[in-house]
Amino acid sequence: MTAAWLAVLAGSLGCWLLKVAGVSVPPRVLANPRVAAVAALLPVALLAALVAVQSVGDGPRLVLDARLAGLGVAALLLLVRAPFLVVVAGAALAAAVLRLL
Amino acid sequence: MTETRSARRAVVRDGLAVGVATGAYGVSFGAVAVTSGLSVAQTCTLSLAMFTGASQFALVGVLGAGGGAGAAAATALLLGTRNTLYGLRLAPLLGWRGLRRVAGAHLVIDESTAMATAPSSRGHERLAFLVTGLSVFVLWNLFTLVGAVAGTALAGSPWSDPRTLGLDAAVGAAFLGLLWPRLTTTTTRLVALGAAAVALGLVPVTLAGVPVLAAGGVALLVGFLRPAPDAPAGAPAGAEAGTHPGAGS
Repeated sequence: MTAAWLAVLAGSLGCWLLKVAGVSVPPRVLANPRVAAVAALLPVALLAALVAVQSVGDGPRLVLDARLAGLGVAALLLLVRAPFLVVVAGAALAAAVLRLL
Repeated sequence: MTETRSARRAVVRDGLAVGVATGAYGVSFGAVAVTSGLSVAQTCTLSLAMFTGASQFALVGVLGAGGGAGAAAATALLLGTRNTLYGLRLAPLLGWRGLRRVAGAHLVIDESTAMATAPSSRGHERLAFLVTGLSVFVLWNLFTLVGAVAGTALAGSPWSDPRTLGLDAAVGAAFLGLLWPRLTTTTTRLVALGAAAVALGLVPVTLAGVPVLAAGGVALLVGFLRPAPDAPAGAPAGAEAGTHPGAGS
């Protein structure tokens, strides 16, 4: 089995088990304020890291290129409450046009 | 009775609308996944079996950056933990047991949770959950296939370079769109900045995939030092998720 299939299948099984755990676990687990705080902040930290790495990471290097401009356009579109699809398409379009110039 | 029926109709209509908006976004996942090196079968398996957008994008992103299977799956799982919290909140509303609970858990995502917990769905939580979850599931998978096939068809042409269409910028924008509605407090903004800084600092010195996982440590640290959560954990504010229906299935 290739590494990609392994990641796909193991990740899928794990994500489903996480969903099942949620609807099966007694809610008092979340009553612990530390668990609750970490649980609320974990997606924020991971998503922010993914934004950063996807926008300026290039293998082991940090590169400032059209992706960062695309991200800026996305932020502007989010500020004016554009729909999600518009945000994603706007960022792609901005980067593509910038590379054509 | 008429009132109940119109309330049910409104719940169904809203659920379908969210399904259409989110499902269409599956095109970008399908296209990004195949341009990152996954096959059409692997891409569609992710949408069918993983069925949680942020985790799917993360897995594809880590693999595309040259990360190993372990780091890719682990990043997807860490992002998938929020579905566990959604489940905690949904369980008493749905009241399911046994096989139905195990099968229904597959539909626990941002959108179905937001709709089931929205004030407008009171009394119809199960209907809101099922209509939203099923319509997102059907359309998300359909559009993933469309995006993956289109992405593959363009392979070999100049369009197959994700950079030509700006698809590499689209991935970062998608993550920003998922992050945005969560940046409601000073704490979350500081955690986001700290996590981004940690990740970028580690990019030059670690293997691909490690920076993102390590950035999760910022959430652990801040969560333990500041245990009082600003927002009720496990409760995705319906209003917040509602402003971005596509924000992360």
